[in-house]
Amino acid sequence: MKADPAGVLTGSHYLDGDVACGEGAMAAGCRFVAGYPITPSTEVVERIARRFPTLGGTFIQMEDELASMAAVVGAAWTGTKTMTVTSGPGFSLMMENIGLAAMMETPCVVVNVQRGGPSTGLPTMVGQGDVMQARWGSHGDYEVIALCPQSPQEAFDLTIDAFNLAEIYRLPVMFLMDECVGHMTEKVVIPEADAIEVEPRRLTDKSPEEFGPYQINGGQIPEFARAGDGYRFHTTGLTHDERGYPVMNAECHDASVRRLVGKIRDNADSIVRFEEEGMDDAEVVVVSFGITARVARLAVEEARSRGIRVGFLRLVVIWPFPEKRIRELAGSVAAFVVPEINLGQIALEVERVAAGQAVTWPVNHAGGAVHDPDAITEIIVKAAS
Amino acid sequence: MTVATKSTTASQELEHPSAPLLRMERIPHVWCPSCGIGTVVKCYATALERSGVDLDKVSVVSGIGCSGRVAGYLKLDGFHTTHGRALPFATGLKLGRPELLVTVISGDGDLVGIGGNHFIHAARRNIDLLVILINNFIYGMTGGQNAPTTPQQARSSTMPYGNFETPFSLPHLAASSGASYVARWTCLHIRRLTWSIEEAIHKRGFRFIEVIAPCPTLYARLNKLGTGLDAMRFYHDTAVIRNDADTRELDISFQSEITCGKFVDEERPTFLDLMHNHYSDQLGDRYVPTPPEGGMLHEQ
Amino acid sequence: MSSKVEIRITGFGGQGVVLAGHIIGCACAIHAGRHATMIQSFGPEARGSACSATLVISESEVLYPYLRRPDIFVVMSGEGYEKYGQELKKDGTLVFEQDLVHPTTVEGQRAFGVPSTRLAESLGKTIVQNIVMVGFFTGVTQLVPDEAMRAAVRGSVPAGTEDLNLEAFDKGLEYARKSVSQPAVGVARPILEEVSP
Ligand SMILES: Cc1ncc(C[n+]2csc(CCOP(=O)(O)OP(=O)(O)O)c2C)c(N)n1
Ligand code: SF4
Ligand SMILES: [Mg+2]
Repeated sequence: MKADPAGVLTGSHYLDGDVACGEGAMAAGCRFVAGYPITPSTEVVERIARRFPTLGGTFIQMEDELASMAAVVGAAWTGTKTMTVTSGPGFSLMMENIGLAAMMETPCVVVNVQRGGPSTGLPTMVGQGDVMQARWGSHGDYEVIALCPQSPQEAFDLTIDAFNLAEIYRLPVMFLMDECVGHMTEKVVIPEADAIEVEPRRLTDKSPEEFGPYQINGGQIPEFARAGDGYRFHTTGLTHDERGYPVMNAECHDASVRRLVGKIRDNADSIVRFEEEGMDDAEVVVVSFGITARVARLAVEEARSRGIRVGFLRLVVIWPFPEKRIRELAGSVAAFVVPEINLGQIALEVERVAAGQAVTWPVNHAGGAVHDPDAITEIIVKAAS
Repeated sequence: MTVATKSTTASQELEHPSAPLLRMERIPHVWCPSCGIGTVVKCYATALERSGVDLDKVSVVSGIGCSGRVAGYLKLDGFHTTHGRALPFATGLKLGRPELLVTVISGDGDLVGIGGNHFIHAARRNIDLLVILINNFIYGMTGGQNAPTTPQQARSSTMPYGNFETPFSLPHLAASSGASYVARWTCLHIRRLTWSIEEAIHKRGFRFIEVIAPCPTLYARLNKLGTGLDAMRFYHDTAVIRNDADTRELDISFQSEITCGKFVDEERPTFLDLMHNHYSDQLGDRYVPTPPEGGMLHEQ
Repeated sequence: MSSKVEIRITGFGGQGVVLAGHIIGCACAIHAGRHATMIQSFGPEARGSACSATLVISESEVLYPYLRRPDIFVVMSGEGYEKYGQELKKDGTLVFEQDLVHPTTVEGQRAFGVPSTRLAESLGKTIVQNIVMVGFFTGVTQLVPDEAMRAAVRGSVPAGTEDLNLEAFDKGLEYARKSVSQPAVGVARPILEEVSP
């Protein structure tokens, strides 16, 4: 369906990534946000707190991030689109109820404006060290979807996509921004509401007697009933059957977890999103994401001007990882160069998928600054020779 | 009273008087014989039936623990969440769809141990939640460890020489944090507890009812207190009812007097009242509140 | 000089450094068809005495959002000058609050001073000092068309204060016209050529 015009601030604006993300959420139909202040993410909720009372939305500043995430999962069961916003230390606290959202199959969006970690780390400076945490941070096996904007414009556009994916696949979607994109101000064009496609919560047509909150009906994603509509359903973070009743055995657990994982892995082709250029003759491919991808493009341009045949692949959706494409490329190129502001998280993934067919060259530092493009160029040159 | 009549018209198979409100297909439940939790479920179900509220609009939220299983046996929208987080989860439900009657039923370890911070803040906000805390003085589900409610001298598996920490007095904690309704009963006070829950259903704001419940399997065994029936005798002999008692005088010592009653019953503006009034003042016509049925995105 | 211009704006907290940066960036990106990326300093730095915002303005997409060495340095406090003065390019342009900053220019650099605080006082509101500075900046650099800047001022200041702020802007602009015979063309040329409505 089309976006509700009330939430859409149509026009050209000069916004930072945080504010653009908040606008994206409101355009996507988000009407409940719970959060706890933390640099460099707070501007997202500050924006929402200002606009929500005029949109029929509720913002609540909770007592901590455990509570924020729990409230977001609770509110999502009323059919409302919900979101929370944080950075590293708060993201760690949210893991508990991100797991609950995954297990209960609750659509919601978790924004993490990454800063340098571990622990309190570098509160005001950029990092990309939460990539693996976004995927594996809560215990047990599950899959998430994670998106990585590289500009305020994408902070707006991809936030809408994050909400839509959360609805389609019924899971918590991770929105992995970084301090640089969050605090960077650029032009953001917000289209008319009727040019924005939003995925509504689709409620079951079944009667309460026929309905089970985790019935699959031949597909992979259960139908939704919201609290207060007479379905009197039960849901739990325990392993459960299709009625949402706890079942404590290995068979049910295996089937449940395989479905949670399968609904993403089996649909990876439609979820995966990346941009590439210069692949036709590439010998070396730079793989990057978020702010680092922007800076890496300078290095790619420089290397090309020096006659190196280098291609560029930017991950827009970072999880699920574009395994197919990387595997394909690994068969035809000599090396991957993977710059990221952490000590090698996506590099590990590229290396795993390349499986020895091409060499992986990480270009890392732990956080606090974006890459110097020259440092990336240098590795491209090495990788090509 | 309809409930009583139903239970006496026995066919071959006696139906549980609260059957319409229970997930009978999940019986037998997980609780031990003579555990106090079932009593609370029965009192809550009876109170709900009597209250006349639309049961389709009632949600029950529990955390984790033996008491945390309550949500799983009630035929209502039920949410069995994470350990300690029932209150913030319930806060989200209530704010997402303000017309719901949201009840939190969970244990002492859950609500005031790991969830203690959420407890004081939910009370401070006076958010519209009915909270029933089942206090068995111990962490039951995990095998009898010390709780923030374990009386001094009482034994627990992690205080094998007896507890030396000072426990919370829960009515005092709730009242001083801002709850608008505060009561305490034991599992022996079935009628009073039921009546108190029913009364609280019709009130607004953060309503807190502590129920002292026997855990014969762990608390009683570790402390040589006998069976569930012995616990009832003990409540009978030592519980005193002092409505409106000063909440500073409600401490519970090991095997001594338990003061019960309703201690606080004050109408105060709730979180939603304050929010609506404030935004209406500040924003006038521009204020668009979340509709009672929730801010869901509807297909046009 | 490439088609990219790097600017640092600095002053003490409360002078509206970030708003000044926002207006310039907004004028370029929204009203003049450029790409403009602004970054503001955060953390203890942002609360202390030398608060700063940086802008990269370019004809094409800005890939590297941070400054290397500014082409233009707008400075509204002595401390800001101490902290960042060294960065300015050899042929860069310094724009400064002349009552608060006493620069020592290097050969090849150009320096333009304005008593922006006093000019703001003459309007009865010292708070618009930053907007006077923005007006002066517009006049001496001619980086962005006046009208684009005016539109950005109008759209960026609190509702109800537009007139006052535009008056402040014009004060600064006028001061630049009167006191500066020649704009800092070295900086302005490539950006000046194209003007979108
Ligand atoms: C984060 C987390 N920590 C620990 C546990 C283990 N755990 C399960 S129930 C429980 C204690 C419950 O105590 P209480 O709330 O008093 O419930 P009771 O079993 O006594 O009714 C604990 C510690 C858990 N499930 N999650
Ligand atoms: S362990 Fe205690 S609290 Fe848990 S069910 Fe048994 S008696 Fe009840
Ligand atoms: Mg307990």
